[in-house]
Amino acid sequence: MKYVDEFRDRGHAETLAGAIKRTVTRPWTIMEVCGGQTHSIVKFGLDELLPEMVTLVHGPGCPVCVTPTALIDHAVVLASIPRVILCTFGDMLRVPGSRGDLFGAKAAGGDVRIVYSPLDALALARANPDREIVCFAVGFETTAPAYAMAAIQARRLGVANFSLLTAQVLVPPAIEAILSAPGCRVQGFLAAGHVCTVMGYEEYEDLARRYHVPLVVTGFEPIDVLEGVAMLVGQLEEGRAVVENQYTRSVRREGNISAQAALREVFEPAAQTWRGIGEIPRSGLKLTAAYAGFDAALRFHDVLAKSGSGGGEDPDCRSGLVLQGLLKPTDCEAFGTRCTPERPLGAPMVSSEGACAAYYRYRGNGKG
Amino acid sequence: MSDNKSFEPACPLPIPEKKTVQLAHGGGGRLMQQLIREVFVRSFGDPLSTHLHDGATWPVSEGTLAFTTDSYVVQPLFFPGGDIGSLAVHGTVNDLAMCGATPLWLSAGFILEEGLAIETLQRVVDSMAKAAREAGVAIVTGDTKVVDKGKGDGIFINTAGIGVVPPGVNIGPKQIVPGDAILVSGDLGSHGVAVLSVREGLSFAGNIASDSAPLHRVVAHLIAAGIEIHCLRDLTRGGLASALNEIASASGTTLSIDERAIAVQNEVQGACEVLGLDPLYVANEGRFVAFVPKADAERALVIMRNHAVARKASLVGEAGSRGSSPVVLKTVLGTHRILDLLSGEQLPRIC
Repeated sequence: MKYVDEFRDRGHAETLAGAIKRTVTRPWTIMEVCGGQTHSIVKFGLDELLPEMVTLVHGPGCPVCVTPTALIDHAVVLASIPRVILCTFGDMLRVPGSRGDLFGAKAAGGDVRIVYSPLDALALARANPDREIVCFAVGFETTAPAYAMAAIQARRLGVANFSLLTAQVLVPPAIEAILSAPGCRVQGFLAAGHVCTVMGYEEYEDLARRYHVPLVVTGFEPIDVLEGVAMLVGQLEEGRAVVENQYTRSVRREGNISAQAALREVFEPAAQTWRGIGEIPRSGLKLTAAYAGFDAALRFHDVLAKSGSGGGEDPDCRSGLVLQGLLKPTDCEAFGTRCTPERPLGAPMVSSEGACAAYYRYRGNGKG
Repeated sequence: MSDNKSFEPACPLPIPEKKTVQLAHGGGGRLMQQLIREVFVRSFGDPLSTHLHDGATWPVSEGTLAFTTDSYVVQPLFFPGGDIGSLAVHGTVNDLAMCGATPLWLSAGFILEEGLAIETLQRVVDSMAKAAREAGVAIVTGDTKVVDKGKGDGIFINTAGIGVVPPGVNIGPKQIVPGDAILVSGDLGSHGVAVLSVREGLSFAGNIASDSAPLHRVVAHLIAAGIEIHCLRDLTRGGLASALNEIASASGTTLSIDERAIAVQNEVQGACEVLGLDPLYVANEGRFVAFVPKADAERALVIMRNHAVARKASLVGEAGSRGSSPVVLKTVLGTHRILDLLSGEQLPRIC
């Protein structure tokens, strides 16, 4: 299949792995930011192809994983209101909050629907004027413009029964939090290609300068990841620390200007709690004053306030460390024993981009 | 009564000429008899109409009987390449075929939702009848129940099937021995993606048709040719990956397969890439995996490729003695990973 096969070519992969082996002279620790890249690495066994001196650690780029439990609890509460249709992407359904997950809310009679785009949720709102459509707006900068477009269209069309439960997060503040944490051992980053497709990579140039750390904007196919690693190892060996772009077929330095404009019209940066990690300043998005009418947290404020806040994270879940690259999923005591996809303690075990899920699915539930 | 348009009785008497299914269609009275005669007997033909009784009786020949049942709840009822009616025949025929049986008789149980258009029911029943005719099986007994509107999803169908396994044929996971070749009868994932594309309105996947088809003839051909079939499994819910896991567990072997040998249509792969689905776990309704001795593999493939339903049959791997994982996949890059059972259904991803 064109645009897929050439990026999964065995000969090309071996050539790149060989080049990395020849370049590397010292141990390097590299973080791939995006969960999609993590899954590609584990699914295709890319770490098997890399020399031992290159260690890949997995980053926080799984939007489902970093959505705080309190927001999942809110989604569960909203889904249980009879007039509400709660729309969400599929992999949010299994993520446990402190009072169960959305699958449970659905089984209990809540109207929970999987959508493929926020615009589908908007269409649902127009088709069901007597219902309240709440779209669970989870995601990084990649999906934020789509939520923004849904809000812009809702306002333009006067769709009053549509709202967003926002849990959106931004990548650069998370990278900065990782870099400034004590004990950070990450020496270079594979930046998330699709986030940069939208946002460009000027913000990352500032990070590279301030922290003297190289970043390579990287795609998601095996050849992309190997190329990204090769470029990063090249920089590290030469002592350079700049932003380079491996994913040129999708990313321009300035990003997608019109998507950014839509994003700025609807959202503004805000402090955001990351599940398992804590609050990071200006790392989330909230609706601007002009769009506050579409904020589900405001629209259903009374119901949500009455439901109170549930408990916190399961104390056995160490996903915060996993999401910061400080703990390998298989080194967690609960992995494969008390924590499985059927009975997850935390989100990384059930999200399609979660590191724990990747190891469980592609490496088995053993500790090996 | 319907001729007199001005007369509308106030009492809730059913009107026989109604164009939708009524609760009374399942009530055991005249309306039900009418539905049976005008919809089911008309399409399913003689065997049922000659019996019109609570059960069917039939003489048996030599061999072993195989018996199976399956329920069909697919939405939408109609999708590219099939519908719930043809699926209800193919699915049960294929379950029998996987035992090495020649399918002979099916039962058909319908659970209809009040308000269903009779025309829709007729289309489904006609499609069932056509699929049964083409597969050479007779639908010999049936049942209809009607549930309140909102308590069903249009039509649910259960079919049970009986077939005869020829003497000397013994197919099942316990027969698998290390060294057996693993053959897959064709490209994977088109049924699941076809249904998903209609259900979710995915226009980019519009050209994909379900692979739904009866598989008993190709199986019969393999048996007749003297291929020593050790195990067969149709690759329905959960796809190839789940079938291999079940077989590996039941047989106590480790199954190794090569990703490069597995065919997936471009359109199907494209849809799976976009949605974050793995075609190895997507449902098929006209594909199967066969375990045969390595020495029979090439001959089996030639036979399979002579049948339209298995034209793209290929050798995908082999069984080995039990290692640490039930199923191991050699990736397109030559690396290895396990192929595990999924926890539940695959869910489309966020981005």
